[in-house]
Amino acid sequence: MNAVEVENLTKKYPGAPQSAVDSLSFQVSSGEVFGVLGPNGAGKTTTVGVLTTRMRPTGGLARVGGVDVAKEPTRVRRLLGVVPQRNNLDRSLSIRQNLLFHAAYHGVRRAERRQRAAELLERMGLAERGDDRLDNVSGGQAQRVMIARALMHEPQVLFLDEPSTGLDPQSRIFVHECVRELKDRGVTVVLTTHQMDEAAKLCDRVAIVDRGKLLALDAPAALVRELPGSTTLTLSLEFAESAESAAEDVNAALTAVETVERVEAMPGGRVRLYTSREPGEILPAVLKALAGHGISLTGLDVAQLGLEDVFLRLTGRELR
Amino acid sequence: MTILDERPPTARAFTAILGRDLVVTGRELPSFLAQVLLQPLFMLFVFGKLLADLGYVGRGFGNILLPGIIALNAFIGGLQNTALPLTLDFSFSREIEDRLLSPLPTRLVAMEKIVFGTIRGVVAGVVMIPLGLVILPDTVLAPASLLPALAVMALGAFVGSAVGMVVGTAVSPRGINVVFTVVLTPLMFTGATQFPWPSLDRLPWFQIVCAVNPLTYVSEGMRAVMVPQIPHLPLWLCLLVLAVAGAVAAEAGMRGFGRRAVD
Ligand SMILES: Nc1ncnc2c1ncn2[C@@H]1O[C@H](COP(=O)(O)OP(=O)(O)O)[C@@H](O)[C@H]1O
Ligand SMILES: [Mg+2]
Repeated sequence: MNAVEVENLTKKYPGAPQSAVDSLSFQVSSGEVFGVLGPNGAGKTTTVGVLTTRMRPTGGLARVGGVDVAKEPTRVRRLLGVVPQRNNLDRSLSIRQNLLFHAAYHGVRRAERRQRAAELLERMGLAERGDDRLDNVSGGQAQRVMIARALMHEPQVLFLDEPSTGLDPQSRIFVHECVRELKDRGVTVVLTTHQMDEAAKLCDRVAIVDRGKLLALDAPAALVRELPGSTTLTLSLEFAESAESAAEDVNAALTAVETVERVEAMPGGRVRLYTSREPGEILPAVLKALAGHGISLTGLDVAQLGLEDVFLRLTGRELR
Repeated sequence: MTILDERPPTARAFTAILGRDLVVTGRELPSFLAQVLLQPLFMLFVFGKLLADLGYVGRGFGNILLPGIIALNAFIGGLQNTALPLTLDFSFSREIEDRLLSPLPTRLVAMEKIVFGTIRGVVAGVVMIPLGLVILPDTVLAPASLLPALAVMALGAFVGSAVGMVVGTAVSPRGINVVFTVVLTPLMFTGATQFPWPSLDRLPWFQIVCAVNPLTYVSEGMRAVMVPQIPHLPLWLCLLVLAVAGAVAAEAGMRGFGRRAVD
């Protein structure tokens, strides 16, 4: 079953020249960790806003748990939890009260909400801070409180809008562990991020968006694999004699290898090969091409391009 | 994962949201009381007692003033306590978001704000009764008129609260100070709080101005209940006007709330 379905979703703010979300379509299956990756202003928060009933779409369709978010917002709200990009905790309440009242708004019974609050505070490492006010809570702690709060009514789909932006490395790792744990518990997670490594690390599939439009959608590894020459092999070579002509010969020989897409001469007698194949698959042909040129291979370095490169390829711009 | 029963927990959610506001008020009780008590106390003391003792106003003026001040406090209490927090909620703090994400229709989240403002307005009005009776020794309140007085106060606070929602959702936080001065001051002085409306016969233009102010009907209703011997508008008319004004303002306020709540 699809936990989230988005069809040609469009949102144009009044007075804005362009749509913030422009005919976006994607589906998230139940239990998946789904990433929406894009630079600032790509429309991530707007997309989350529409999916969580906080904004009205100007076109298209969005369903969460099979329920139309525009038509039945109150039903949808019971199925989803939100961790917003901006801290919106209730500063008039203590940390524990934030959790308890949230559950009460969702109709969770008293005994049940007490127990869940205690459990979640424990899980989030906030057990001792439950009765503190929010005044001197760090960004990382506030984020944990918001995650705990969102889980109090046991949502089926959790939306996290840039959950680790602005956090210290330790808090980031904590958030990442949380996401993995939620996945293990079968909760569907939709998270937005502008960090490639985060998307690659956490998400089963990633939608790359820019200027409100979907550019690509696939598993992170598949997105990278589809890039032409997504794997690089850097060869360190030692030339026996007459280096100049040998280098040219080698380049020509390597370029002639069918599975090598591009050859780039590097300083220090190194050569970089770009390929879409597995390294092991092309190595024999490469070694064969090198044979008979009077050179010896002294080093080999294999690397994969990242999602950064996917974004660069799709938009011609750096992500940030 | 729990299976949700299909019936949305509307009543429980509404109660919980109201409970949150009451808990927070309870914690801020001293500042809340200071906010609603100080100004009317001084008004009662200076206009009802001091000026009477000094002979500038008649002895009976306290009987005219007290119902008006109670009405004013209930109405303005409702208005301020709804308008001010709303402007903040919809701009800086965004604290209200968690309640907007509850399974309660947005209209009912707005309605809760009006109900809560009404409660604060009623408290502001009720506390004036014993204080007024103490400060103004000539005034009395028949026990039988206590319940009707409460009803008029509640209706007045409701109208004030609904008007507060219209103001609070229409005005940006930067504008709220100006709007409060521009709206509140005329409201306070054309609401028949310091004079009975029928006695304005001699000043017809001002009588008409006052007739447009819903506060007039709260003041007159309070007089009808507390001091029936003083000429006043009939109680049924006051209640009718307040009910209609309250319904219209509440509808407008809830629509404004809906516009601000969902982008
Ligand atoms: N409330 C708003 N009113 C008008 N324009 C907005 C509003 N919120 C966002 N935008 C615009 O919509 C676009 C997408 O914004 P947003 O969804 O916040 O992107 P992201 O979360 O990916 O950074 C941006 O150009 C932004 O300026
Ligand atoms: Mg954003």
